[in-house]
Amino acid sequence: MHSDSWSFLALFALAAVGFALAPLIIAWVWARAYSPRKPGAIKNATYECGLASEGTGWIQFQSDIYLYGIVFLVFDVETIFLMPVAAAFQGLSFGACAAMSVFMLLLVEGLVWLWLKGALGSRTKYCYGTGN
Amino acid sequence: MEPEIELQRHGVFTTTVEQLYNWGRKNSLWPLQFGLACCAIEMIAASMARFDIARFGAEVFRPSPRQADLMIVAGTVTKKMAPQVVRLYNQMPEPKYVIAMGACAISGGPFKEGYNVLKGIDRYLPVDVFIPGCPPRPEALLHGLMLLQKKIAAQPLTGPGRPRYLDQNGPSEFPCPSYGAHDLEPLCNHALWQPPSVREELHS
Repeated sequence: MHSDSWSFLALFALAAVGFALAPLIIAWVWARAYSPRKPGAIKNATYECGLASEGTGWIQFQSDIYLYGIVFLVFDVETIFLMPVAAAFQGLSFGACAAMSVFMLLLVEGLVWLWLKGALGSRTKYCYGTGN
Repeated sequence: MEPEIELQRHGVFTTTVEQLYNWGRKNSLWPLQFGLACCAIEMIAASMARFDIARFGAEVFRPSPRQADLMIVAGTVTKKMAPQVVRLYNQMPEPKYVIAMGACAISGGPFKEGYNVLKGIDRYLPVDVFIPGCPPRPEALLHGLMLLQKKIAAQPLTGPGRPRYLDQNGPSEFPCPSYGAHDLEPLCNHALWQPPSVREELHS
């Protein structure tokens, strides 16, 4: 019965989808039947620290902040790689030492390039626009 | 004998949707994680191992009002803090409850005569349980929580006695007071609290 084995698969897939959807449907029906929606200006505010919210949650971030984040990430990862190298430095073979040096040189090259582009200087604006 | 109890004797337990719903609700009250004064220290003690509020399902103190069901007003509510407290309460999703813990939250306590202390949070919020004490011991907070659980368990889901959040016409938010020239404006929420009337008796 070759076809039956596939129909079982469909049945299980249906059961899996139903298992996932059933709680959501029950919750939705329950909410519709019992609990009326009560939105409000304060409840729907952007932020919930007790003080009155200002502006919206949809603000523009300058792309410079992403550039800075990527630079940070690169050198953060480099630190993680350098730690074991520093710990095992005296026992390293020449090949491993050369490979690590190439890796570091590549990163330093990137750093020099960023420096020349001015990404590290005061030209970088960390401007979180208020959006309004 | 009631049929429910007769069935229980034979090992058959019955329930209603209402009982099941309220049972789940009363055993998973998540308090808002905020304290205003020394009562908060007792609240923290109640959440720690010795008193262990987790036995009542209320150990999940949430740092965001969006995830909290229960506001424990633990401490002195100054007039500067009152708008923030009311705003946090408004940002909690329904159903939500308020416990006024300690003399200050109930009436202003020892600072009642002070110029800067709100004389009871019930002027702005619908308080469910008042816990007297200065400060109340953790056991008193646990007792207050149990009283609130009893109150929740007795709430009907339909009909005229249903709680505010199930009533379409019930208020969705309580007005937030603002800083006026001399005092908070308004001085109280008149739908919740009326100032005691001064009775003038003529002695004739």
